[in-house]
Amino acid sequence: MSRIAATFEKLKREGRRALIPFITAGDPDPALAIPLMHALVAGGADVIELGVPFSDPMADGPVIQRSSERALKHGVSLKSVIGYVAEFRKLNGTTPVVLFGYANPIEALGAERFADLAKVADADGVLVVDYPPEEAHKLVALLDARALDTVFLLSPTTDDARLRRVAALGRGYLYYVSLKGVTGAANIDLADVAARIARIRSFTALPIGVGFGIRDADTAKRIAAVADAVVIGSRLVQEIENSRREQVTSNVTAFLSGVRQAMDTLAREEVA
Amino acid sequence: MRMYDLPDASGHFGPYGGVFVSETLIHALDQLKEAYARYQADPEFLAEFQYELKHYVGRPSPLYHARRWSEHFGGAQVYLKREDLNHTGAHKINNVIGQALLARRKGKPRVIAETGAGQHGVAAATIAARYGMECVVYMGAQDIRRQAQNVYRMKLLGATVVPVESGSKTLKDALNEAMRDWVTNVENTFYIIGTVAGPHPYPMMVRDFQSVIGREAREQMLEMAGRHPDAVLACVGGGSNAIGIFYPYIPDESVRLIGIEAAGYGLESGKHAATLCTGKAGVLHGNRTYLLQDENGQIIETHSISAGLDYPGVGPEHAWLKDSGRAEYVAVTDDEALQAFHHLCRLEGIIPALESSHALAYAAKIAPRMRKDQILLVNLSGRGDKDMHTVAEKSGITF
Repeated sequence: MSRIAATFEKLKREGRRALIPFITAGDPDPALAIPLMHALVAGGADVIELGVPFSDPMADGPVIQRSSERALKHGVSLKSVIGYVAEFRKLNGTTPVVLFGYANPIEALGAERFADLAKVADADGVLVVDYPPEEAHKLVALLDARALDTVFLLSPTTDDARLRRVAALGRGYLYYVSLKGVTGAANIDLADVAARIARIRSFTALPIGVGFGIRDADTAKRIAAVADAVVIGSRLVQEIENSRREQVTSNVTAFLSGVRQAMDTLAREEVA
Repeated sequence: MRMYDLPDASGHFGPYGGVFVSETLIHALDQLKEAYARYQADPEFLAEFQYELKHYVGRPSPLYHARRWSEHFGGAQVYLKREDLNHTGAHKINNVIGQALLARRKGKPRVIAETGAGQHGVAAATIAARYGMECVVYMGAQDIRRQAQNVYRMKLLGATVVPVESGSKTLKDALNEAMRDWVTNVENTFYIIGTVAGPHPYPMMVRDFQSVIGREAREQMLEMAGRHPDAVLACVGGGSNAIGIFYPYIPDESVRLIGIEAAGYGLESGKHAATLCTGKAGVLHGNRTYLLQDENGQIIETHSISAGLDYPGVGPEHAWLKDSGRAEYVAVTDDEALQAFHHLCRLEGIIPALESSHALAYAAKIAPRMRKDQILLVNLSGRGDKDMHTVAEKSGITF
């Protein structure tokens, strides 16, 4: 069983939902990359989505764009990000890491070489924002062969035919983008999300994570009531952006702990 | 050559093209594909498109035998396809009308566009005014400084110009920002892409709208010279004017197709925008194509004296035409383009756009080595009024 599947199994047994933070690797600078990953785990992360910086992050809002620019200013590359994973694994053998980014850095490295390096570094999954299923077959085959999960996005406009296709190709979990727009955009419509998740579940047994527009512990808790995982990106990256360097890891842990507690309160309420 | 029927159903030109976008945009692109498939064969749509091209744009644009310039070379005869005489001063308007008519049929009251030099933005603002649509144009903050006059034109026409401060603050970043707007406002908004790039169906659709250039030129050439040209030349940034004039000639294998990129300060300087000449394949802005990128796959900043060629990607069909050998791609420097610019001004009384001057510069290179009965057809894709400041500055003149 993959590390991602094992994580979701364990959470299910405990009646808890996964907390999946996103950060851009190497933001604010490479020396903080690995400490920040550990800080996420300390704050209650179950899976880490580790963003690979790209010069043209077309699907991201201003917060994540700026994080990418900060990392790129320090020369952070896909290879450096894979290196951070290997380094992180020296102290953490249990928290799954999903490499999250855009197609071109992977194509520049070579998809096969990328898959090899990600495997050697002991990463767990890959999400390529601009590889929809139509263009992802080659990468999925390469990652499958190395027991690495390919995570796909779903959106409010994904119709049933596509749901079926994405469900067939997706591994690990599916990531439901809860609103139209870019990362960090406005607020989330909970009733709509609940209805969409129910629909998605009729096509797949994979866990479903929800992201985009989750900005506080209360929203996270309410999303956790209908989904298997809550993804928090822009809000967390904002925390990094607004923190003094020496406080960035503790601030990240503190922010995430608040979210974690709210989500776990939900678990206890459900049991009660 | 076997029948040319690219792209395939999924938008691929061989390994290039495709749909490399986030899931959030797939539905909008599917809708666009359906709408275009329906209207591209709809007689009423086509009639309206033709009507607008004739009465609003002023088509057909003339084919002009540049006799004095040709004599100056003492070699091949150079003919110019006068897209500079179109309303708004460039070929961009052909495509904008096609897409705006689609937007109207899809009931979208708001159009958005990206622009580099401002020509596509001006064309979009123009059509939005003509059809009573809201228009938002994304433009790199850097380009806004370089092209103040076009910014003012867009505002006069009622468009909102949004400065883009991210990345290199140029055309590629404007395209990113327009995509972000589209994904957020997809319900009421139509994204009018200005070149043959972007995700499928844009490269195909923009090509189809622009191929009116080549269809006219092909007929006009047969009328005026009684035969096909030996070569067709066009500048290539994203590549829309080049595809527009190349496409109808693709089956005519005796006709060389030559795309001219911007070599900026010279290919060896690293400061250029010669994507096909020096780039390698990758994925950007929704399609796989040649890109100017560093060894880590980050897109690098480009340089050209002409803002319209200052783009690190290129339409995927050009990537395919290059690999298949049907078209060849070369590059000329800022200085070579400027020299051609001045020659055309003095010898023909035509002030060409700096973009088009790149194609003229390559004609100037090869014409002298050709026979007098040979013919070069150059797409004069735009006029140079917008470039007065740039050219004057190069000559040390301030207004």
